Amino acid sequence: MDELLARVRQGSRRAVARAITQVERSDGQAREAVKYLYPHTGQAHVIGVTGPPGSGKSTLVNELAKSFRRRDCQLGIIAVDPSSPFSGGALLGDRVRMRDLSGDPGIFIRSMASRGSLGGLARATAAVVKILDAANFDVILVETVGAGQAEVDIANMAHTTLVIEAPGMGDDIQSIKAGILEIADLLIVNKADRPGAENTVKALRMMLHMGQSTRVRHHGREVQAAATGDAAEDPQWAVEVYKTVATSGEGVEEVVGAIESHKAYLKESGEWSARERDRSRQEIEQLLQAQLLAQLRAEVPQAERERLIEAVAAREVDPYTAAGRLLAWIKLET
Amino acid sequence: MEDRKIRVLVAKPGLDGHDRGAKVIARGLRDAGMEVIYTGLRQTPEMVVEAALQEDVDVVGLSILSGAHTALVPRIIELMREREMEEVPIFLGGIVPTADVETMQAAGVSAVFGPGTSLEEIVKAVREAVAGREDKAGG
Repeated sequence: MDELLARVRQGSRRAVARAITQVERSDGQAREAVKYLYPHTGQAHVIGVTGPPGSGKSTLVNELAKSFRRRDCQLGIIAVDPSSPFSGGALLGDRVRMRDLSGDPGIFIRSMASRGSLGGLARATAAVVKILDAANFDVILVETVGAGQAEVDIANMAHTTLVIEAPGMGDDIQSIKAGILEIADLLIVNKADRPGAENTVKALRMMLHMGQSTRVRHHGREVQAAATGDAAEDPQWAVEVYKTVATSGEGVEEVVGAIESHKAYLKESGEWSARERDRSRQEIEQLLQAQLLAQLRAEVPQAERERLIEAVAAREVDPYTAAGRLLAWIKLET
Repeated sequence: MEDRKIRVLVAKPGLDGHDRGAKVIARGLRDAGMEVIYTGLRQTPEMVVEAALQEDVDVVGLSILSGAHTALVPRIIELMREREMEEVPIFLGGIVPTADVETMQAAGVSAVFGPGTSLEEIVKAVREAVAGREDKAGG
């Protein structure tokens, strides 16, 4: 594995692809890879792209990628699609929209199935981002499964989160999910040439305006929303609405400009480090949960678990007590 | 926790514009629990191999209805070799005249599936091809 990871650091595409497969396959491999590569991560600008199916995410990612390449960035793209809850399989078709990017050695595209994870990302996505980071990609675009809900996972993982909406998808103010304001750094109305686009833009701008005089939870932290006229003292990021027509490329340059401004803002304001701390906190907690559960499964005999489940189902023991008994089995290492 | 999934590339190289068959296969493989990367139409050999490399697939599936397999398949195999992926099995489906099947196999195609091949047969063949590789690699 070390040899493979050394080649990842050199930027070998084959090694990157193989390493990604390894971390998807097992938590143990993911642990090894992250341990080795982590000191060499932290440079890449991670951009999350989320939005409902049909909003044109992949087409927009295709255009964003071309624009980043014109700025000479090495670009990694992770496209996450849902796994079937029944068969466990997945149809990963995002590459279909990105044919313009093929043949460009500066772009690496990987399709990932969610493999049962909720929240828009696969469990291994964080590790995959680190692989691409360590392989010297400047920008990593993560396109998530977006149901139009607040995709919290991506907001935690990305430095800059783009939320894409399309007109005519229930775009009056009641149906736009309030949660997107908590995660979006940029709001994009794609397919802006369609009827209803202006209404969608207006509705989004109204929602942003309504949120402005209160303290807002943004990316899970309380920040004073940017009120007009107060900007000078405490530079905040003002979330704005952009219009794009991904199929023609219209509006894409402005979006990329805004993404770069956001990066500059994060660095200058200290938010980049603040988010790194938040991300680290979240990630440790997630790994802790997974490891505790795994340890529980390893240490509690199957028979004992089954016995407790039966007891709870038969109303002999309540679920809290059952969980407490299982917890008592874990021998914490001191 | 172990999570091993079979990853299959389903590609349509060349100018062939009919993808219903490929999509049926792609969905069938998904329903069999596999992760299928579908490339879409009009792929050049370079695009097919690039996708196979980046997605680190276990099997490459080519769907060619246009008769261009004699030109496209050897080129794809050559590129796979150049990228050190000669061990990845290649399955060919679509319209392949019986006379060409042997030539294709000699060129390096693991299996040729004509129209009317059942989904079960293809799923089984993919599973066997993957198991075969893992045996060779020592598990």
